[in-house]
Amino acid sequence: MKSFNFKSATNTKEAAKLVSGRATFLAGGMSLLPAIKLRLAAYSDLINIKKIKGLSGIKVSSKSIKIGATTTHAEVAGSKEVGKSIPSLAVLAEGIGDPQVRNRGTIGGSIANNDPAADYPSACLALNATIHTSKRKIAADKFFKGMFDTDLKKGELIESIEFEVPEKSAYAKYPNPASRYAIVGVYVAKLKDNVRVSITGAGSCVFRSIEIEEALSSNFSPSAVDNVNISSKGLNSDIHASAEYRAHIIKVMTRKAVSSC
Amino acid sequence: MANLIGARIERKEDKKFLTGKGRYTADINLANQTYAYFVRSPHARAKITKLDHSKAMKAPGVIDIFTGDCVVKDKIGGLICGWKIVSQDGKDMKCPPHPVLAKDSVNFVGDHVAVVVAETLEQAKNAAELVNVSYKLQKAVTRTEEATKFENIHEGIDNNLSFDFLLGDKGKTEEAFSKADKIVKLDLVNNRLIPNAMEPRAAIGDYNTSSDELTLYTASQNPHLDRLIMSAFNAVHPEHKFRIVAPDVGGGFGSKINVYAEDVVVAYASKKIGRPVKWVAERSESFMSDNHGRDHVTHAELAMTNDGKITGLKVDTIANLGAYSLVLAAVTPTYLYAPLVLGIYDIPVACCTVKGVYTNTAPTDAYRGAGRPEATYVIERIVTQAAKEMGMDQAEFRKKNFIKKFPHQQCLVHNIDSGDYDAHLDKAIELADYKNFENRRSQSAKKGKLRGIGFSTYFEACGVAPSAVVMSIGAGVGLWESAEIRFNPTGNVSVFTGTHSHGQSHETTFAQIVGDKLGVAIENIDIVHGDTDKGPFGMGTYGSRSLTVGGTAIVKACDKIIAKGKKVAAKMLEGKPEDIDFKGGEFILKNSNKKKTIGEIAFACYLPGTFGDVKSPLPEGVEPGLIETSFFDPSNFSFPSGTHICEVEVDEETGETKLVKYTVVDDFGTVINPLVVEGQVHGGVAQGVGQALYENAHYDESGQLTSASYMDYTMPRADNFPQITLDYTCTPATSNPIGAKGCGEAGTIAAPAAVMNAVIDAVGSDVSMPATAEKVWKVLKKNGSKKAAA
Ligand SMILES: Cc1cc2nc3c(=O)[nH]c(=O)nc-3n(C[C@H](O)[C@H](O)[C@H](O)COP(=O)(O)OP(=O)(O)OC[C@H]3O[C@@H](n4cnc5c(N)ncnc54)[C@H](O)[C@@H]3O)c2cc1C
Repeated sequence: MKSFNFKSATNTKEAAKLVSGRATFLAGGMSLLPAIKLRLAAYSDLINIKKIKGLSGIKVSSKSIKIGATTTHAEVAGSKEVGKSIPSLAVLAEGIGDPQVRNRGTIGGSIANNDPAADYPSACLALNATIHTSKRKIAADKFFKGMFDTDLKKGELIESIEFEVPEKSAYAKYPNPASRYAIVGVYVAKLKDNVRVSITGAGSCVFRSIEIEEALSSNFSPSAVDNVNISSKGLNSDIHASAEYRAHIIKVMTRKAVSSC
Repeated sequence: MANLIGARIERKEDKKFLTGKGRYTADINLANQTYAYFVRSPHARAKITKLDHSKAMKAPGVIDIFTGDCVVKDKIGGLICGWKIVSQDGKDMKCPPHPVLAKDSVNFVGDHVAVVVAETLEQAKNAAELVNVSYKLQKAVTRTEEATKFENIHEGIDNNLSFDFLLGDKGKTEEAFSKADKIVKLDLVNNRLIPNAMEPRAAIGDYNTSSDELTLYTASQNPHLDRLIMSAFNAVHPEHKFRIVAPDVGGGFGSKINVYAEDVVVAYASKKIGRPVKWVAERSESFMSDNHGRDHVTHAELAMTNDGKITGLKVDTIANLGAYSLVLAAVTPTYLYAPLVLGIYDIPVACCTVKGVYTNTAPTDAYRGAGRPEATYVIERIVTQAAKEMGMDQAEFRKKNFIKKFPHQQCLVHNIDSGDYDAHLDKAIELADYKNFENRRSQSAKKGKLRGIGFSTYFEACGVAPSAVVMSIGAGVGLWESAEIRFNPTGNVSVFTGTHSHGQSHETTFAQIVGDKLGVAIENIDIVHGDTDKGPFGMGTYGSRSLTVGGTAIVKACDKIIAKGKKVAAKMLEGKPEDIDFKGGEFILKNSNKKKTIGEIAFACYLPGTFGDVKSPLPEGVEPGLIETSFFDPSNFSFPSGTHICEVEVDEETGETKLVKYTVVDDFGTVINPLVVEGQVHGGVAQGVGQALYENAHYDESGQLTSASYMDYTMPRADNFPQITLDYTCTPATSNPIGAKGCGEAGTIAAPAAVMNAVIDAVGSDVSMPATAEKVWKVLKKNGSKKAAA
């Protein structure tokens, strides 16, 4: 690990000021610190955002749930309100990593990082989320741009993520046997106006499957995907799963998700 | 005194290890210590055309940088193969030079090129980035079956063939096959594994410029052997001025047998700079540079009569040695493998060939089971296949071919002293509820799961012996063991063993033996190991040898203590030595109520005279002190055996395999502490299941290790396992007075075959290890499964 300065911000303005030059935000550190230790990244300053008041916590209304950026996975998993209005989101959070990771890692860090195999990005897309930042509001559809790449500008801080409460929803994750990130994760949500289906782990970035959304829109049942042709083109291939296998697992996980909705 | 042998005593080690108080090499910090960081090859095969470290030398905190040129100049010897194999044509195996720092070429990703020594680890790493090595890349070979067809990767080693080994009678075997009613054939791959000890390797060299003494702290399974090799072959320092300490060691599994380049280099560097030099492997270095295990490609054939009697076995194996030949690299796939392919069956003739090949991968060596898991996989897979092709029940087929009478001289090497194979098979069948398996299969089918059952009736040979024989077939050392029992004047006991405990619980098991033998309370017995300055020379721990060989040396030393004690007691009790009985810690004069405790005798040995109340004159000719040493060289291996029965459920949609039932019945002869033995079996089974379902060291075409972290190398985890049902049968070993057989590797030896036989039973055709979900899914799809295709 190359040495760096550690600074804590107590409000968002201070955070914005501190994050100049070769500095970056530090939330739970579950993705950032390993990258620094492995010398894949180096920074002059890490700006701790966990001390910023109001950046953590869960606010529920009838239409949406708003989760503060520094809310940990464990807090989301254990939240009664989340469990009641979007149970699939609590299930997703409970399935991230191990207890240590869930106690440190944050929702803001997860989506800012946008690991192609991370779980939360799929929830954002399927639940038509809005990302509230220090500068603006970004629709989830516009936020996830590519592998480890988002629409965030340098120094822009995620403050909260607002999820639409669906009629029903479910997340089915097929974990990588080694890392237990998603080889394929399918998030299915039946919203007031439409059905949204997002897929993580399978491609270079989380994406929506229009074919599956169409199939489920006309028939919201597991068998609806039977005749959907999922192309393996462009899907990831690695030592754990070929693109062809991932395409197959997308269907299996979609059926599983729909049947547990 | 309660009987300690056979008692379920909680481990003496638990307190320190479970409370995080273990003291590992990385925990040791010496005054004025410096830090080493290794520059490693990023390429699988290349010529080093230039190495420029001038910039790095000027980086902050750098003390010195050592390269291949330095070690050549200072005449530091290369790493050795400790047991050399002779090929069928009578020629010695070929070993390439293996310098501790590469000079001209690198041969695998992670090969050690240079070392930076700096004031802090951070500075060493920063400077290492500035060491400029120019490489001329060459094409690399990684796959076992391609090695002999590839260009020579080492000068003078044609076809990359180190040896072409043969065991058995080829002619007679061919004859049996020509007469066979039926021949079963099988092609197998034994996947490459990475040992993954919980504690990464670590080493600290500490040269004392005043006394000229060199101390090396290192995570090793065999400190005495390390010292011998490092003084005799690497020429690091003379043995009498060299101390090696292997303190608490967090698991070895064979990966800490070798003297590694890092051990030699930190010792050497410490001498060069006159300060302690510390190196602790990062996990990614462990993945790249610890010795790997297994990696065989095998073709096997079994000859049978029409009624299912085995008449012959032929096995041809290619074993991947990796880039160089390590200490036990050659013996592992030959003498530790070939004799074992017979399993526990009465097979009249057999032959086994093994080609050892070099590739551009991390060197392989002993990994838990070392050769025996590979052999067991061959015989237990082909026997299962044979039963199936014969239409016979797999348990019946096995029984029909089991060895029934002991001692039994096998047709290859081993003379098995004892066993009762029907007994453990019968017991396992009962415990596993084999007769109701088909009901369970239908139950699973109702849930949409394919259920399968697999057997593995294994045996293994542990405690390699006797020394004279192993040396006649190439071993560089004998495989005896030492023990010293040191009674202290106050009556407590220090026991020095040449074995080393790195998870085996010797501190408990050995104390139980000594406690029983000498009648001393277990808390008054200290088992000392892991320091060449403390006990006598010993061979260390591997190959499930510690109890049968090291434990026996302890028993023999205890016997000497008792013999001397009788002489001293006779004088004190005014009788003859032959009239003294020793029982429960007391020396008793026959037909009298006169006795002395062993503590009193020890005291007398240290205070040989009369002084006030103390009246303890020693008999004439008896030396003061109560310390006895014994060296034990066993007459034979020990041969544990047992039955594993595994049941799996395969998800037809995803191909995922889940272990649902696992039964083990072992015959380990006399069991000293069942709690410890069960821990060994649980861990062993977990590693065997790991090989069958999850673990795989994967190199890509260019020779990059693509499974180089826990993100990609799948370790078995607790939630992958059902409760394991364990039980024992017992036929005591005759080759040691304890009657014990080794138990440390049995789980790993038997499990892969049991699991794979179950997977294959579930899916209906061959699957290779590891049976990952995608592999199984592809097989199911090919077999026409609708669910797999949907
Ligand atoms: C062993 C292990 C297992 C894991 N398993 C899973 C898994 O199964 N599924 C899964 O989804 N993830 C998994 N993760 C990742 C985990 O979810 C991380 O917590 C998450 O990716 C990052 O959150 P963090 O708070 O730790 O962010 P950090 O590591 O602190 O930061 C990550 C990145 O986000 C930036 N950042 C953080 N907060 C903000 C913000 N509010 N605004 C703008 N930028 C910000 C940082 O600057 C940094 O670039 C695992 C991690 C580990 C170590």
